[in-house]
Amino acid sequence: MGRKILLDKINIPGIKTYEVYRQNGGYASVEKALKQMTPDEVTEEVKTSGLRGRGGAGFPTGLKWSFIDKKSGRPRHLVCNADESEPGTFKDRYLMEYIPHLLIEGMITSSYALGANLSYIYIRGEYMWVFKILERAIKEAYAAGWLGKNILGTGYDLDLHVHCGAGAYICGEETALIESLEGKRGNPRIKPPFPAVNGLWQNPTVVNNVESIATVPWIVLNSGEEYAKIGIGRSTGTKLISASGHIKNPGVYEIELGLSVDEFMNSDEYLGGMLNDRPLKALVPGGSSVPILPANLIFKTANGEDRLMTYESLSDGGFATGSMLGSGGFIVYNDTTCIVRNTWNFSRFYHHESCGQCTPCREGTGWLEKILHRIENGHGREEDIELLWSIQSKIEGNTICPLGDAASWPVAAAIRHFREEFEYHVRFPEKVKNRDHFVHEPFEKVRHLVGKTIV
Amino acid sequence: MKVTIDGQEIHVEPGTTILQAARMIGGESVPPAMCYYSKLQGSGGKCRCCLVEVTKGSDANPTPMPKLVASCVTGVMDGMEVNSKNSARVEEARKSVTEFLLINHPLDCPICDQAGECDLQNLSFQHGKSETRFIEEKRTFEPEDIGPNIQLHMNRCILCQRCVLAADQLTDGRVHGVISRGDHAQISTCLSKAIDNEFSGNVIDVCPVGALTDKTFRFKSRVWFNKPYNAHRNCDKCCGKTTVWMFGDEIQRVTARKDEFHEVEEFICNTCRFEKKDVSDWVIEGPRRFEKFSVINRNKYALHPPKVEIRTEKHILEGREQDQKRISMVEVPEKTNGNSNS
Repeated sequence: MGRKILLDKINIPGIKTYEVYRQNGGYASVEKALKQMTPDEVTEEVKTSGLRGRGGAGFPTGLKWSFIDKKSGRPRHLVCNADESEPGTFKDRYLMEYIPHLLIEGMITSSYALGANLSYIYIRGEYMWVFKILERAIKEAYAAGWLGKNILGTGYDLDLHVHCGAGAYICGEETALIESLEGKRGNPRIKPPFPAVNGLWQNPTVVNNVESIATVPWIVLNSGEEYAKIGIGRSTGTKLISASGHIKNPGVYEIELGLSVDEFMNSDEYLGGMLNDRPLKALVPGGSSVPILPANLIFKTANGEDRLMTYESLSDGGFATGSMLGSGGFIVYNDTTCIVRNTWNFSRFYHHESCGQCTPCREGTGWLEKILHRIENGHGREEDIELLWSIQSKIEGNTICPLGDAASWPVAAAIRHFREEFEYHVRFPEKVKNRDHFVHEPFEKVRHLVGKTIV
Repeated sequence: MKVTIDGQEIHVEPGTTILQAARMIGGESVPPAMCYYSKLQGSGGKCRCCLVEVTKGSDANPTPMPKLVASCVTGVMDGMEVNSKNSARVEEARKSVTEFLLINHPLDCPICDQAGECDLQNLSFQHGKSETRFIEEKRTFEPEDIGPNIQLHMNRCILCQRCVLAADQLTDGRVHGVISRGDHAQISTCLSKAIDNEFSGNVIDVCPVGALTDKTFRFKSRVWFNKPYNAHRNCDKCCGKTTVWMFGDEIQRVTARKDEFHEVEEFICNTCRFEKKDVSDWVIEGPRRFEKFSVINRNKYALHPPKVEIRTEKHILEGREQDQKRISMVEVPEKTNGNSNS
């Protein structure tokens, strides 16, 4: 049984409300931080904890906090990024929906550490009901004196607002989020300057994921050293994984980093194995942006070591044989999945969500989608596979924000590991047109098409 | 601050961008720029044409930057070393950006008023390929009327957003902007409102492609048939210094004066641009210098382009001869092999 930090109290009835949350030890970290610690001590604790940003990039949170420009004397802001739009990721929603006060507590403690007096939670527009839950929770916190002027008589002021986005994936990118929060078109800014220097309203700003902020109360209460003991190496602590796809028990799980992928997928405590016991074909371990892994690379790395749920182990072997932990959107595919269709679906998403600011992403994502759509519908040409590879390599790294990379990685990985399937689509268009994929044929007959070894 | 671009050293002020430093050096190292406009604040970084490779960050921190950077928005550091033309990576990136810009471009240069002074043409001339890999249907937009003076061709737009910045910074009250997102993002007034402002005509000058053109000059002439003259008049709204584009005695078009990077020297007002089309309105200063390798100069003075030989020319002529015979009267005696019996 893994240790629970975020979801420890999730099953207490009525934990959504302030009273129950408070009775169960809620807001203790605020008391401790504001009364016994200086802001720098809180930052130090988070630094020692080794907590890494849970939004996908995995940048150390404490380090990010220490970059904020405190010397200039301008007002500082903390913005919580709740614009969780990555296909396959739904952990933040779960957290905010069922235990909203944990996020608010984290926001207060973190804002205190940064010296921010005005903080925001930017939530995506599709989470309207969660927006309302958060608004109610903030109202309760104001009423109980945890927000507003002179919190706990310590002289620290904090105003917290929830802001609702209008439904754009790109607003999960921190600078686009800031633009959107300022009321402008959600286009990513050109960096530098980084938000830590010139962010929201040109003031120093830190943007953190919901999960990172929700972890802070535990770190403040139990010390960063205690947190660093959980996990392996530089991947410390616990992580929420939102599992979906062809598995027995989909849902949100809190795991200790360092758990093996095998155990996570097959033990009854977690995912409980494959749905209907069909063979496993592929895995996307961290949301749609990360490279897909074929079956032979899921449980073992290319070196034959066990694949673990850590930042390092999942990215072992680079993009050639590895992937990324990303935001924890764990999507499992069995042998009935058409990888081409799946890749097309991801591409369609990025085409739809590209902001249209810089050329490679604006034109390239549309092009990728059109080609994949053609291949999927039986109009593919032999040279299209090379063309896809060439386009994705031209988008990657040449864009303003990481959306371009995110759009090209899944395509690259799908071609790298499942080239045979693309070729099948191109060479047997009449079968593909009737949606008669080899996935509907007995698997044994077409095993050679999938290539490599299937576990 | 010392910065080295393609091996050429230059000392610049702190705060200069790599692109500006390269422009000070001049020559072939200057990266192409489609969206950057030195007269407009906040422009640049979008088109990714000006990507360069930084091989040495600075004297203090000599590590190279892992990604290619947009030179128009990256400030120089002391001791920075930059590869622009010399780098194969940069060349590759520029080629790919050019390809991306062209896949949805209508390529209607033969009927485009901008042809001949189009930045996209220049870019594709340098970095483009003659064949396409794009077989899909091109993205198109509904035509939109934005007033009597300015013609919007959204299909040609490359979304550099210069016109949006120009309207923001030159006029009071911008009525057009970018709507939608991704490859369906478009410049639009949303409610088909006319762009009507005394300085709105400058969006034509800042547009690098033929998306915004002058309606009063529409289909009048190709730019290389016009002769540009520097001219001025007393204008109470703007500086009054313009370039007039003449055909014989007729002023066909008035634009602001543009420098070698196709950026205007000073913005002009709509009265000068659209209404003063009579020679008596202007004091002509003299012919304007134009670039040696510009399309205006082509076939005229300096360049004697080699004769283009079309490989199939002979066969075409043969075919034409046979066709002529087929069409013409029977009495024309047949001298070739005599296959055709018309």
